[in-house]
Amino acid sequence: MSNVVLLATDGSAGGGRALAYAAERAKASGARIVVAYVIEWSPYTFNTPEENAERHTRREQEISRARESVVDPAMKSLAAAGIEAEAVVRHGGPAETLIDLARQHDVAQIVIGRVGGSSLKSLIFGSVTGKLVQASPVPVVVVP
Amino acid sequence: MIRFALALAAVFLLALPAHAGIDDTINSFTAPIATLMGQIVFFKIPLFGAELPVVVLWLVAGAVFFTVYLGFVNLRGFGHAIRLVRGDYADPNDAGEVSHFQALATAVSGTVGIGNIGGVAVAVTVGGAGATFWLIVAGFLGMSTKFVECTLGVKYRTENPDGSVSGGPMYYLNKGFAERGMPGFGKVMGTFYAIGIFIGALGIGNMFQANQAYVQLNNVAGGRLDGFGWLIGIILALVVFAVIIGGIKSIARVTEKIVPFMAIFYCVFALIVIFMNFPHIPGAIANIFDGAFTGEGVAGGALGALIIGFQRAVFSNEAGIGSASIAHSAVRTKEPVTEGYVSLLEPFIDTIVICTITALVIGTTQVAQPDFAGDAIGIAMTSAAFERQFSWFPVPLAFAGVMFAFSTMISWSYYGLKGWTYLFGEGQIGQTFYKVLYCLFVVLGAVVQLGPILDISDALVFLICVPNILGMYFLAPIVKAEMQSYMARLKSGEIRSYAH
Repeated sequence: MSNVVLLATDGSAGGGRALAYAAERAKASGARIVVAYVIEWSPYTFNTPEENAERHTRREQEISRARESVVDPAMKSLAAAGIEAEAVVRHGGPAETLIDLARQHDVAQIVIGRVGGSSLKSLIFGSVTGKLVQASPVPVVVVP
Repeated sequence: MIRFALALAAVFLLALPAHAGIDDTINSFTAPIATLMGQIVFFKIPLFGAELPVVVLWLVAGAVFFTVYLGFVNLRGFGHAIRLVRGDYADPNDAGEVSHFQALATAVSGTVGIGNIGGVAVAVTVGGAGATFWLIVAGFLGMSTKFVECTLGVKYRTENPDGSVSGGPMYYLNKGFAERGMPGFGKVMGTFYAIGIFIGALGIGNMFQANQAYVQLNNVAGGRLDGFGWLIGIILALVVFAVIIGGIKSIARVTEKIVPFMAIFYCVFALIVIFMNFPHIPGAIANIFDGAFTGEGVAGGALGALIIGFQRAVFSNEAGIGSASIAHSAVRTKEPVTEGYVSLLEPFIDTIVICTITALVIGTTQVAQPDFAGDAIGIAMTSAAFERQFSWFPVPLAFAGVMFAFSTMISWSYYGLKGWTYLFGEGQIGQTFYKVLYCLFVVLGAVVQLGPILDISDALVFLICVPNILGMYFLAPIVKAEMQSYMARLKSGEIRSYAH
């Protein structure tokens, strides 16, 4: 079994707690961490021609924003703790993309932070965490 | 921004009382030009009692050539097109770029419009049921034309320093002819195309749409909006302004969601109407086939039906005009030919599905109750056909018409903008000037009866298919080579599917 942990982060407080948890475990077990940030995006939306033309620039901006504000600080703190880590930023449906990444990196588990409260939207459509727990091929740790 | 919009509105309100005078002045000035241009562009050859506009022949000849030259790509590429749109070949590492589905949806909402509802009714009235058959044939052939122009659009697009892309016929005409050792000719062709698409965007892409939207609303309101064209025009212009200058994405997003919903809603109800007249379906279909080859009661007989069917298809799906090529160029694909495959679905959706369904609604209703619509033609006729089954239908139909008109205005604002930036560069001031001009034309379109100006823009849009198709003939071998190389790599497994 691999000793890789997929850490799903989104820059929220829950994501921060997940990072702390994953770092602690990784340090204890010598695991490697894949820090994943998924930018919510669907290939099946309807756009104006202008939006399409600007899409590439926007995508680059979204990725660099995610790296600068969330992923890079996380990587820095992991490096400081002496934990081997790799960063991935990708567009897509959050749960599906995390599962794809888990398969691709052959991870042993996924660590994700719980989003506080339960909004009406997540009650009706289900939350990312809920979906992930249902469909993940590997154990999922939800950090409260 | 808002203050500017208000100032804009104020200027128009002040100008309004004079608009009748303006009408006459503009008309008297432009009418002779319009007549001359119409005579040239829509020059008709008398043929066995029917009249064949040369430009339609030019477009259909191109479509037939590309279909044969590319080995019936419209048939053989269909399955692959669906798989591309479904995202089977999308590399997860490229997620976040414009998907094939998004490119297709954007291009389709630019072409599906009033023509699919009203234009077909005109075709069936003038060309008989048989025109429907030829409409489908032309739609089928037009798929190959789109394949060629969209592949070329992606292949020869230009990347701007800010990372955005500009593409379309003006770019492939310019660069393609230069590659073939005719840079001067290419430059002239590209410039000519850019001027045509720019003016065409202000005309059929804008004024005509604004005008139709007003007519629709007025019809539903029972004529209570007579003389309030300026109000509708200003409202429409403000919304267009908010989207294309204000960058208010939410409006565009709402529209872009409503339009596909409306198209589906329209098709579902059309199918319901068709099946409510179930016993009359065989009769209606028999009429289509009989009419296609006998042309009973149609001026020019079968040939007359053919010409009208072909003309309607060309007007509706814009294959050969090159507009879709501009929309598809935005996609960042490693394989230009994949955009070609995806785009061949457009004439299929627009002409073969939506136009045919409209024709069948009118056909079955007509078989059930001959002459149900009286003298009504155009949207009024389609509306009357639906009204037979659902008395409330004209209201949502009018709403759909306004939405179609609005989304067409947004799409064409971009096509025109690309013509503008091709001519005058990517400068922000110029682009804003163009966009303001575009909004002013929305108001004009709803307020004044500018028949001749519309005729000129109509003629120009069809005139630009001359350089476009000419360029496509020259560049077709490149498209063919791309297609064959792509297919070979697909077969060898070098290009693989990511579908689970």
